[in-house]
Amino acid sequence: MTMSARDISLHLSGFDLLRNITLEVEAGKVTTIVGPNGAGKSSLLKVLTGEMPPTKGDVYLNSRLLNQWSLLEKAQMLAVLPQHTLLNFSFTADEVVGLGRIPHQTGSAKDVEIVAEALELVDASYLQRRFYTQMSGGEKQRVQLARVLAQIWQPSCLGEQFLVLDEPTSAFDLSHQKLTLDIVRQLAQKGVGVVMVVHDLNLAARCADNLVVIDGGVIAAQGSPEMVLTETLIDKVFGVKSIISEHPITKRPLVIT
Amino acid sequence: MLLPVAALLSLTVGTVSISWIEALRAVVGSSSTTQIDTILFDIRLPRILLAIFVGAVLASTGAVMQGLFRNPLADPSLIGVSSGASVGASLMIVTAGGFIQGDALVGLSLVSIGAFVGGFASTLLVYRLATSGMGTSVTTMLLAGIAIGALAGALNSLLSYFSNNDMLRQISLWQMGNLSGASWLKVSIMGVVAILLMGLFPRDSRALNALLLGESEARHLGINVQRVKRRLIVLTALGVGVSVAVAGLVGFVGLIMPHIIRLMIGPDHRWLIPASGLAGAILLVVADSLARVVVIPAELPTGILTAILGAPFFVALLLQQRKDV
Repeated sequence: MTMSARDISLHLSGFDLLRNITLEVEAGKVTTIVGPNGAGKSSLLKVLTGEMPPTKGDVYLNSRLLNQWSLLEKAQMLAVLPQHTLLNFSFTADEVVGLGRIPHQTGSAKDVEIVAEALELVDASYLQRRFYTQMSGGEKQRVQLARVLAQIWQPSCLGEQFLVLDEPTSAFDLSHQKLTLDIVRQLAQKGVGVVMVVHDLNLAARCADNLVVIDGGVIAAQGSPEMVLTETLIDKVFGVKSIISEHPITKRPLVIT
Repeated sequence: MLLPVAALLSLTVGTVSISWIEALRAVVGSSSTTQIDTILFDIRLPRILLAIFVGAVLASTGAVMQGLFRNPLADPSLIGVSSGASVGASLMIVTAGGFIQGDALVGLSLVSIGAFVGGFASTLLVYRLATSGMGTSVTTMLLAGIAIGALAGALNSLLSYFSNNDMLRQISLWQMGNLSGASWLKVSIMGVVAILLMGLFPRDSRALNALLLGESEARHLGINVQRVKRRLIVLTALGVGVSVAVAGLVGFVGLIMPHIIRLMIGPDHRWLIPASGLAGAILLVVADSLARVVVIPAELPTGILTAILGAPFFVALLLQQRKDV
């Protein structure tokens, strides 16, 4: 089962944001998207999650056209963490995470349990009763991460589940970056398909099963990190000279710039 | 708990004071004199009920609008309903002149009808302006509301300019908000609207919670944002339109009551909407009771007192919160 984009293009007010992109996101795998600023990463996520209809091409979720699922069905299979969430109302952390249970009818006792577990998983149990408006950037981001995790906490009977993360680690310190990667790998092992935009190539290399490089609205390369990350590609896409080595422990590619 | 007490106390006060024992006796049906009965049941009781319903509707729609616009400073007037109603009412006062003294049309004055039509029409206009193929943009709606509000303000001034002293006085009195015209007909219309709103809002309170995250986030949580928006705007226009029609522009309740309740119990709309409604009802009953007694034997417009009562309380709450943080 997959979430897939077949030959999609997106034109918006005279600009070609995406051109002929075909991408398969497999359940149980981590797909990581990298690329320079303005390459179309976020646009691709928006099309994949149904937020913007593609100008051309189709998006499928579990072998059905995305827009043939109802909004509620979609929400039970697909959770999306945007880059920024502006929330100016003083919800407590557990209330924010509880919003992730809206698509489900599991009853409030179960929801409370899931909310507590999700907060614990992202190392934010201590925030439970604190006001979202008074948290630091990294704390807010962890609470939002817990919210989307709570949304797909239990398997859905409708089909495989997918999690889309747009720069989930941008506000995190080292330990929480690692924690996020561990959570993502765990989810993939449980069968969730994860799509993630990140900027740190080494982070991408470490957790990706499929690494997708986007440049100028087209896919410049995709495949395993070992295949994709080459010195020529990084020079071509990012305009930066680099050396590709091997991580002494994980044996994943290590980009040194 | 506070509401029945306030309502009962409110029965006792007015130009003719009635002891609370007599009031209680009259309510349970064993009254002493017909005069007291008349005062209580024909004048005060409808007025109190009207205050309850209007207060509840204004405050709960205020809570809904603040959630929908993700802005704690929003209030029902943002969608153009009050300014439109104001023009409708002024137009009626100026053009229909003498007719409006008596309750011309089945007990509802032309001014009320003008206010309701004006309010509903301008909301519709604002909503249309902000709706495109991509859905309704709340930002555009906010701006359109301001534009329509300014236009309505100008029309209002124009009407005031062409009106005589008597009309001018009526216009400004109407804009202060007043419950003195209460009748059982108004109470029943307002009551039906209030109950309808209180019955329908809970359906969308979780959706409103999700909307606080943002529209696309709410969509990813399975919420049909456009449908929720349309439903809530129509309900608000109806509620505020009818309130304004029966009571004029009673300010403050819709903006500040939800704010106060949010400071006390948090932004969860499942509790915020009913609690705001209750608090709005209490505030308006108390304000209206005071309006009847402070300048005996005359009466003050209710709208003046809602602000006089509510503003210091709100400031006190803000100061206390600042200390806590």
